[in-house]
Amino acid sequence: MNELIFFINNVVIAGSVTGSIYAIGAIGVTLIFSIMRFAHFAHADMMTFGAFMVLLLTTLFPAAGASMGIPTALLMLPVAMLLTALLAVGIDKAFYKPLRAHGVKPIVLVIGSLGVTLMLQGLIRLFAGTGGQSLYVDDRKEIFRIAVPFEGVRAPIVITEPQIYLFVITLVAVVALHLFLNRSRLGKAMRAMSDNPELAQASGINTNTIVAVTWVIAGSLAAIAGTLLALDVTFKPDLSFFLLLPIFAAAIVGGVGHPYGAIAGGFVVGFAETLAVFNWNVLLRPFQDSFPAWLELPSNLAFVGTEYKIVVPFFILVAILVWRPTGLFKGKVI
Amino acid sequence: MSDSTNTRNPAYTPKDATPERRFPVREVVLFGTLLVAILAVYGLMGAAYSTRMLVEAACYAILALGLTIQWGYAGQFNAGVMGFVALGGFCAMLFSVPVNDAFWGTELPGELGRVLLYGLAATLVVVGATRLDRLGVPKKLRTLIAVVLAVVLYLVVISLLRDVTSQIQAQAGFVGGFGLPAWTGWIVGGALAGGVGYLIGHVCLGLRSDYLAIATLGIAEIIKAFLKNSDWLTRGTATVSPLPWPTPGPAELGFTLSRALYLSITAVVIAVIFFLLHRAYHAPWGRMIRAIRDNEVSAAAMGKDINKRRLEIFVLGCILMGLGGGILGTFNSLFDPQGYLPLNHTFLVLVMVILGGPGNNLGTIFGAVAVYIIWIMSEPLALFLMQLIVSVGESTFGWDAPNNMDSRALQARVLVIGMLITLVLRFAPKGLLPEKITHHG
Repeated sequence: MNELIFFINNVVIAGSVTGSIYAIGAIGVTLIFSIMRFAHFAHADMMTFGAFMVLLLTTLFPAAGASMGIPTALLMLPVAMLLTALLAVGIDKAFYKPLRAHGVKPIVLVIGSLGVTLMLQGLIRLFAGTGGQSLYVDDRKEIFRIAVPFEGVRAPIVITEPQIYLFVITLVAVVALHLFLNRSRLGKAMRAMSDNPELAQASGINTNTIVAVTWVIAGSLAAIAGTLLALDVTFKPDLSFFLLLPIFAAAIVGGVGHPYGAIAGGFVVGFAETLAVFNWNVLLRPFQDSFPAWLELPSNLAFVGTEYKIVVPFFILVAILVWRPTGLFKGKVI
Repeated sequence: MSDSTNTRNPAYTPKDATPERRFPVREVVLFGTLLVAILAVYGLMGAAYSTRMLVEAACYAILALGLTIQWGYAGQFNAGVMGFVALGGFCAMLFSVPVNDAFWGTELPGELGRVLLYGLAATLVVVGATRLDRLGVPKKLRTLIAVVLAVVLYLVVISLLRDVTSQIQAQAGFVGGFGLPAWTGWIVGGALAGGVGYLIGHVCLGLRSDYLAIATLGIAEIIKAFLKNSDWLTRGTATVSPLPWPTPGPAELGFTLSRALYLSITAVVIAVIFFLLHRAYHAPWGRMIRAIRDNEVSAAAMGKDINKRRLEIFVLGCILMGLGGGILGTFNSLFDPQGYLPLNHTFLVLVMVILGGPGNNLGTIFGAVAVYIIWIMSEPLALFLMQLIVSVGESTFGWDAPNNMDSRALQARVLVIGMLITLVLRFAPKGLLPEKITHHG
């Protein structure tokens, strides 16, 4: 039983945490892909930017959250979302819109977004330094240990406070997005534009508004994902190149231009990562007695070491591109 | 080029084989400015420093030529130049470093070879399992068998490999090199980079162009992670140095002369590549490549095999990057996997190409040298500016500056590179020396 608890702690909880973060990131990427038809490489740095805004605000008002009983960082999240959304709209106006107006190929926009990535990275590192910092400036990170009511189980299920917030916020964000896309006029217009931009324009939809709304949503989601990631571990300014690959893999696995697919893809990639670095020996060891004598399990049965974690999303990406380039849920744009 | 046209029937001469003769004002002005800049650096920083800068710029010029083939000739965007450069550097290290007797004198090479053979056999078994459906096994069952076999065999091989590599690390430190001349490593590095490029291109080139960028970005990080963590092969973070040069080193000739000798080697390599590319560009092959870039549909309608040509050009670019990476690695005389950064080895090269003129080889070489000089000179400039800001801030506002300002100042260069990329794309998308496109009347 202890082994099972270990499995829950290291795979189920850890996988859901990374899966949620990748999912929220991938929704933004896939929305931008479906409206503007290019892979937005600066997305991971928008996540970092959102987390940095939270860090900045938390450092300025470290005691604000204590009065309400929640971590200050969480209180600052809506402000950071707003700032990141403004940044996203501003970046589009300053850099992508002129390129789009020139009618360039999508790949030029990709290169432009790489330039934006570098600019954001440079700015963040210039102001934040290069080291890691905790978002818990004045508060304490609560850790819950839930004892399991079974005979002979010593290890508790461990879950931390930010992880609980993470699950709640992910759920809220996904439900809100679902309602927005399906119930509101603007959301329906967005879906129409992702299906066929010309037809959408001809039927009286203001495509400029849709583009701006897309950036607002993508920016806010990026701020959420970045903040939750930084809450769970620490704030690091140079995460972006390691985040980009899993997020794009998630978006492509789910089918590009498919928000629900992106959520599924995020969890697929997140769980695949944790399953791949999990040491399977832990689960198999209790059954060692029933194995034949010649079969001795090596002590390390992980598929890849944690230092090669980035191989996992890449492998998934390549596999999906080879076997099903449209993604699991048949994305629209390819 | 033009003298060969006299022997042909003029009626059949393709127009871009006979470029119009005009005085190349723009080229002369730009290269003249470059020469003045180089001389100024020589005057300011001394001969040894400046020659080192020129050699590195020349190595970057090879990388930039590789990228200009992919981006300028064919419109493929490779966001993982760093990975191919690192592969080249690794091969240069592996082939030229002296033989490690602590490894080769024991039974370890045999064991390593045995594990690698097991790996090969396991691959063959799995590939065989994927063909089981030809023997009448249902397809779903075949997939199940293949996946289970792959997982189990992979785990077996990887745990054997982990045993051997930890033994190698404990007993011999690392595998060591082959003790061959450096140029063998350069060639193998180019071939290895081309092989990796083939695999990536094979998967991605038939799809949207964005996917190639994502995949190359990923493979570059993976190659770096592999080289950094495979201590048995590369000594990882402990780094390998010195790497022997193919020419007499600084110990025999002094810094300036030995570096100048190395520079002449790189110059010859660039000249050969430049000549071959120039011929290829104006040959029917080059016209076909540009036709595919400019109008894929009509090129396909003319019976051109688009995906094959794209793969060809992508692999060619990767080979050049591996070669350049090898030459650069040998020159640095140090193999440090952590020293390969996306900024220095991918985005700097990208700026060189888009600023110099994608698709124009002369422009690319100009861009490489010019951007590299600016890049090198910006380091002291950034430190100076940051110091100025700190001292002004301290004296006027009583600002208490953080103590890691130096490392932050260097981050400002990231900002500048990013800004350059976006500005060039917006205001000078064809670069300083644009590709000359001739229209066939």
